[in-house]
Amino acid sequence: MLAIKDLKASVGGKEILRGISLSVKAGEVHAIMGPNGSGKSTLAQVLAGNPAYEVIGGSVSYQGKDLLAMAPEVRAQAGVFLAFQYPIEIPGVSNAYFLRSAYNEIRKARGGEEVDPMEFVDIVESKLKLVDMDAAMLQRSVNMGFSGGEKKRNEILQMAVLEPKLAILDETDSGLDIDALRTVADGVNKLRAKDRSFIVVTHYQRLLNYIVPDFVHVLSGGRIVKSGGKELALQLEEKGYDWLVDAHVPAGAGV
Amino acid sequence: MTQRYLDQHARFVAANSGAPDWVTRARRAGIERFAALGFPTTKDEDWHFTSPAPIAEAEFTFDSNGASRTAAADVEPFRFGDAGWVTMVFVNGRLQQDLSMLSGLGPGVTLLPLSAASAVPELDKRVGSVLSDQPTFTALNTAFMPDGAALHVIRDVKVRVPVHLVFIVDSLGADRVVYPRNLLVLERGAQATVVESYIGLTDARYFTNAVTEVSLGDGATLNHIKVQRESRRAYHVGTTEAIQGRDSHFVSFSFAIGGALTRTNIHTKLDGPGCGATLNGLYMLDGEQHCDHQTKIEHVAPNCFSREVYKGVLDGKSHGVFNGKVYVHPEAQKTDGKQTNNTLLLSKDAQMDTKPQLEIFADDVKCTHGATVGKLDEMALFYMKSRGVDAEMAKRLLIYAFAADVLETIANADVKLALERDTLARFVAEGREPRGERFA
Repeated sequence: MLAIKDLKASVGGKEILRGISLSVKAGEVHAIMGPNGSGKSTLAQVLAGNPAYEVIGGSVSYQGKDLLAMAPEVRAQAGVFLAFQYPIEIPGVSNAYFLRSAYNEIRKARGGEEVDPMEFVDIVESKLKLVDMDAAMLQRSVNMGFSGGEKKRNEILQMAVLEPKLAILDETDSGLDIDALRTVADGVNKLRAKDRSFIVVTHYQRLLNYIVPDFVHVLSGGRIVKSGGKELALQLEEKGYDWLVDAHVPAGAGV
Repeated sequence: MTQRYLDQHARFVAANSGAPDWVTRARRAGIERFAALGFPTTKDEDWHFTSPAPIAEAEFTFDSNGASRTAAADVEPFRFGDAGWVTMVFVNGRLQQDLSMLSGLGPGVTLLPLSAASAVPELDKRVGSVLSDQPTFTALNTAFMPDGAALHVIRDVKVRVPVHLVFIVDSLGADRVVYPRNLLVLERGAQATVVESYIGLTDARYFTNAVTEVSLGDGATLNHIKVQRESRRAYHVGTTEAIQGRDSHFVSFSFAIGGALTRTNIHTKLDGPGCGATLNGLYMLDGEQHCDHQTKIEHVAPNCFSREVYKGVLDGKSHGVFNGKVYVHPEAQKTDGKQTNNTLLLSKDAQMDTKPQLEIFADDVKCTHGATVGKLDEMALFYMKSRGVDAEMAKRLLIYAFAADVLETIANADVKLALERDTLARFVAEGREPRGERFA
């Protein structure tokens, strides 16, 4: 599904990712953990194609294709989805319109027909239940005036509607209380499938109690310094990151 | 440069010796004023960011008998709503009856060519009465004043049908100047919606110099929408000036997307207590277009409010100007004024000059203003693209979203829908069809 080889990336001339290699097979859930500034979010943004980040080395193969050569919208149409740590507010564009546009673009890219607003209501209705969201939220401008929890739920709603093959969750747990966290995690768990992979980026082990990963990787200073099974997350919860990261120079930058 | 107009005026007046006295008098005063002032230059404070030199130096001709080659099908795309709208169409300065639809306004409402204003008692005396001052282009308009629309609404009558005044220049108007002159009088408690459209149906250069006077009686409400879609080589100077009686409301919207060099002046005087003025606008430019909005809200009486939101989107090497004056007289206590100008630059070569001006001579007022000039939000673009929305569409969505809240203030649903479509279609890359639907 995804093969990252020696990936290096910088932002504003500062190298953040210093050679990441990671392989994700269909249906797997990989957790990326690490202290602040380790490059977790950068990895998520680079995979989604954020132009603010410059790839300076390495390769990423997605379903056999060169992911880095694809524009962000082409990646999305090919099934890559990033749930943002800080979802963007778009005043004046309704959530429903935005979601339907995205849905139709992705359908078109996969050779399907566009759906009209009435058909889309049916599609989105069952997904709303998945994240316990009120239909009224669809009529509001994208993320405008949403609480932190509502924004994160909205991200998972988008994911549920767009049905990606590779979903990257960037600190989806940050800023959520325990109830909201459970709702969001339940939503994600219901979307787990044999042909769908997840990369779950998180600072805290807490989320992984609910979304149980197959693999855990610890990022520090722009490199993966340790990989293991789900028990690695529990070790980190107990011991913190220091025992793993001491030997490495952090990349800095609060990302 | 001035002499050319004086000569044209002398010939025009000689050929129109049968004009009513009130017209002849106004024309004479207008040309004298114009001769005394001459054309402004960028040394004049009001023209600091907009050089009128291209207009002053161009050799436009004037022909009061302006022939037309505009047919009904040419006007069709610019009409609003259903066939029920009352419409008065002028082509190359002259009323074209066969394209107009003048009936259906109901009792108490009169819509006439300005040249026939005397048909309503005392109406001719109102021509020129609203203008507090006649700067160069206004004086020049008065000096010729060939025709335009006169609307009169008697006391307490609500005009249910919107009135559309259409000013077209077609290919027979190439290198010509036209002087539309309108008078809108709403007596006490009357209400109306008037749309003025300025349309170019030619690729040639021409000059529109328009003046609209608005007189609002106590408690009257006018929704006034100016839609400027002049051709890409056209020059346009348009002045709307209003005077408001107590508790009246002047609601103005200026939509400007056309022309090479355009200037819109909107001036209202809140002359009685309890008035409101809402002045909103949207300008969208590209290429080398230059578009200047000058607004002046004059708070004369106490307890009035004014609200102003102008937004702009500039691409290419275009240049936008916004100068919003709010003048609060010493008697105008409890004035509540708010003014905002926000501009989105799509290109590094586009330029915006924005200058809010508050002049306050009363001590118990609440007035604020703010201006921003920014770029498209890169993160928002990336966010949309990361959901599969293509780059072009994402950009258009953001432009539309930027403009949406000011378009939302247009009360008339037909006009709002049409201008939303124009907004969506404004920055479509070549070879792509705009989608005629709303994003909201």
